[in-house]
Amino acid sequence: MSCKTAVIVFPGSNCDQDCVRSWKAITGGTAELVWHKESSIADYDVVILPGGFSFGDYLRCGAIARYSPVMNEVIRLAKRGTRIIGICNGFQILTEAHLLPGALLRNKGLAYLCKDIYLKVENNQTDFTSFYSPKAVVRIPIGHGEGSFTIAPAGLKKLQDENRIVFRYCREDGTSDESTAPNGSLDNIAGIINEQGNVLGMMPHPERLGEPVLGGEDGRYVFDSIFKAVTGQGGLN
Amino acid sequence: MFKATVEVMLKKSVLDPQGAAVERALKSYGNNDIQSVRIGKMIEIMVDGKDEAEVRAKAKDWADKLLVNPIMETFTINVEPVK
Amino acid sequence: MSDAGKNMPWKEHGLTESEYQMICQLMRREPNYEELSLFGVMWSEHCSYKNSRAQLKKFPTKGPQVIQGPGENAGVVSVGDGLGVAFKMESHNHPSAIEPYQGAATGVGGIIRDIFAMGARPIASLNSLRFGLLDNNRTKHLLSGVVAGIAGYGNCMGIPTVGGEVYFHPSYQGNPLVNAMCVGLVDEDKIFKGSATGVGNIVMVVGARTGRDGIKGASFASEELSDQDADKRPNVQVGDPFMEKLLLEATLEILAKDLVIGLQDLGAAGLTSSASEMAGRAGNGLYIDIEKVPLREEGLAPWEIMLSESQERMLLVVDPSKVAEIEKVFDKWDLSAAAIGEVTGDGNFTIRKGSEVLATVPAGLLTDNAPVYQRQWSEPAYFQAQKNVKHDQLLAYGDWSGLLKKLITSPNLCSKRWIYEQYDHMVGLNTILRPGSDAAVLRLMDTGKGLALSTDCNSRYVYLDPWRGGAIAVAESALNVAVSGAKPLALTNCLNFGNPEDPEIYWQFVKATDGLAEAAARLDTPVTGGNVSFYNEYNGKAILPTPTIGMVGLLENLDCRVASGFKRAGDKVILIGTSKEELGATEANFLVTGRDEGLVPEIDLDLAARLNTFLVEAASKKLLNSAHDCSDGGLAVTLAESAILGGLGLEAELVGDISAAAAFFGESQSRAVLSAAPEKLDELTGLAAKFDLPLAVLGTVTADKFSIAYKGEKIECPLAELTDLYQNTLSRQVTL
Repeated sequence: MSCKTAVIVFPGSNCDQDCVRSWKAITGGTAELVWHKESSIADYDVVILPGGFSFGDYLRCGAIARYSPVMNEVIRLAKRGTRIIGICNGFQILTEAHLLPGALLRNKGLAYLCKDIYLKVENNQTDFTSFYSPKAVVRIPIGHGEGSFTIAPAGLKKLQDENRIVFRYCREDGTSDESTAPNGSLDNIAGIINEQGNVLGMMPHPERLGEPVLGGEDGRYVFDSIFKAVTGQGGLN
Repeated sequence: MFKATVEVMLKKSVLDPQGAAVERALKSYGNNDIQSVRIGKMIEIMVDGKDEAEVRAKAKDWADKLLVNPIMETFTINVEPVK
Repeated sequence: MSDAGKNMPWKEHGLTESEYQMICQLMRREPNYEELSLFGVMWSEHCSYKNSRAQLKKFPTKGPQVIQGPGENAGVVSVGDGLGVAFKMESHNHPSAIEPYQGAATGVGGIIRDIFAMGARPIASLNSLRFGLLDNNRTKHLLSGVVAGIAGYGNCMGIPTVGGEVYFHPSYQGNPLVNAMCVGLVDEDKIFKGSATGVGNIVMVVGARTGRDGIKGASFASEELSDQDADKRPNVQVGDPFMEKLLLEATLEILAKDLVIGLQDLGAAGLTSSASEMAGRAGNGLYIDIEKVPLREEGLAPWEIMLSESQERMLLVVDPSKVAEIEKVFDKWDLSAAAIGEVTGDGNFTIRKGSEVLATVPAGLLTDNAPVYQRQWSEPAYFQAQKNVKHDQLLAYGDWSGLLKKLITSPNLCSKRWIYEQYDHMVGLNTILRPGSDAAVLRLMDTGKGLALSTDCNSRYVYLDPWRGGAIAVAESALNVAVSGAKPLALTNCLNFGNPEDPEIYWQFVKATDGLAEAAARLDTPVTGGNVSFYNEYNGKAILPTPTIGMVGLLENLDCRVASGFKRAGDKVILIGTSKEELGATEANFLVTGRDEGLVPEIDLDLAARLNTFLVEAASKKLLNSAHDCSDGGLAVTLAESAILGGLGLEAELVGDISAAAAFFGESQSRAVLSAAPEKLDELTGLAAKFDLPLAVLGTVTADKFSIAYKGEKIECPLAELTDLYQNTLSRQVTL
């Protein structure tokens, strides 16, 4: 079975090509670039909202992108069951569009941070993480200035109770405490999923460590998992 | 013409690292009487309209839709006529 | 206008009386106000290189690898497979001294535009930064602001900032240096030039609208800074990286659609400089109607429109039939595009306001007829005086472990992690060796090749011996590239000096460029472009002369790249090259005495060239598990860095007949620390002999023990402690 995949391009997206390349390198499939001004798009199996600075992100990250014509289609596809992953700026856009709860604030250290960090896969029973072993500790880079996840206490409890916190920041040995998140995220949250289980947002960039030549491939299994959820097969490469 | 000013602040419950940094800096210059510093943003919109009430309603709509994220921010609106 | 303005009209425009006479003679009349303001900026040092041109002619600029040498927006070298690498470095020193965030951000923006003006897609940025010592809040403020500005611009653009260097020295306290380099990829047959060819073709300005930003920035860059000149300062230019991202994509789209004849970015001196240069290169004339220039605010005077340095704008020359299509592309990206003039056959650069002619000057007078000054130079007294310094204090130091720790916690030598973690250095998925290595290595997709990039300059060397310092800056940046396994191809430079009218400063400039030129020739790394920044002084005191080099090298096989850190316990650790009794100008001497003094290490350029070739060959045969060039801080620091970066220890014994201080911390040139599997040692030794290079096995890579012995003296320290000191010092020192 094929896996029809789209990468949405906002004018300030800058990881769009990276996602296309990485998707191909990992799954062997092609991903099409879709311009944000499109108001009608095909029924994709997978939609990737890539990293970048969608509209310069001067107001709030993702605030303006949420009103791009294509977002109505992304919302339609989300309801339809399309697997949607927002990476970094894509995660910010998904929260602004209310496809995911919470919001992403400025990093606690105020500076943009680009480095490898460690994540614990808290839930490997999702369409995005099935290739990881339970509670796996993986190395995946971050690159953001506003990635500190926040949500009201009731919302946090709901995420926790429903096992929808998919990735948490941790140390190399898997331990963590309140200061582990490099950006100050509440409860060390790095990635969450929606109630239906088909929309995932994460601040770290799995595509940046998806090939051995880049220094590691812990990230590739996110794309492998999505591909398998759609096609029933593992990644081809 | 009117000037609508939307002041956006982080909610009291939300950590404000910028404000905290400025607070530390001010205190380091000996201003120990400072209780807290919070940083927000001010958005000025020059807009035509019938009267203040109409402009205020418009500005509130823009704030709700785009300018403010109610999950982490609050806002106040001021409207004044300008020549 | 004041009386002074009436009697001495040249003054307001930063020209001298003799230059004014020259202009009158060339024009055969007195220029009007607008015309004189054009000369003012175009004949400034920043635009005309009038004080440096004579010296820059010394640089080798040709070679089979060079596709485009100096004179265009950027140089281009061939990397095979029909691909060219466009690259250039430029300074943005004075704007960064005033407003560090915006100064640095717009410096990055400007150099990125230079690269895509060649038709190249930018793939990486680097930088070279200099500040005063970190012991005061002003330096911390400048450093934080500059780094945030570089990050803010580059990160948003999606161009990875992959490397650079940062040094701290008191001489930069009032006048920091911000040199930005950008590298792009272009198909060799699709390189564009900044030339206004074809009479009747249309001149368009695209991108951002024009406002009152940075007016007279070019002439400002050509003056010294002092406490008194707050009101002389131009309006700070504010960068908008989102706008530039749109401009980049829109520009590359119209180039791909073949809609453009020539293009150039708008930088210093704005429309004036770009338009007259484009006309000058083609030998044509050109007119601009200022009424057609899209403005951001009302009430700009004609000369303000012509000199505005508003960012994120490009100038295009296009066939009249293509204007509509170009407008359509820019509209898609929500950018303005306006036809503002036309290429003419009269050779004149003309500014009109509607039908009224405001200024008309032969374009060549502005671009090619600026005076060339052969400045006087004289050798300063300090040059000979400090050569005979004895390094008694350092020789007797004794606590070598303590000195190593002191060195790796010096902001000049410690890890710059706190800085490069603020830069997105991974976007693009091509960064294979990340910042922190000797050179950044990028993959060239679909070719199996790699690109190695480095910036370098030891300004203490240049100050103490400009010839050697200039030559070493080239040799070391080439060595940075070669230890990564790449053949050095070509270089760009940023020549930062004090006031050239001071004969002793000019002496520094002449000698340093002599050394640079000689090294570039002998190492076969031609100069393909660069920039000169004079007047880097504060309250009359000059910076250390800083001719920064940006080097580009080619890895024929990306799989053969070599990193700086040790890779495997049990590997043999090897020193290639000779350690001599050379303690002059060293970082160790500076830390112990607080003085810039002593004889700069010798540089043998033939040896340096052989070492580069050896390293590239050893890498291509996969003989090396790590390679790290031995520079600031000496051998002990180099060994410590290889250990820290690899997370492995070392047990080594040095041999020789020099002092312990020199063995550990001397900075003899053309040395590298290698590690290799024991079974590769014979082949490596044979290869070193073939290139007539001395090779010594120093010891073995260990799990975590770190010790270096020499004639009964010893450096010993737990690796974990060294690692913490090296990695975390800068963030501790910067935090306010």
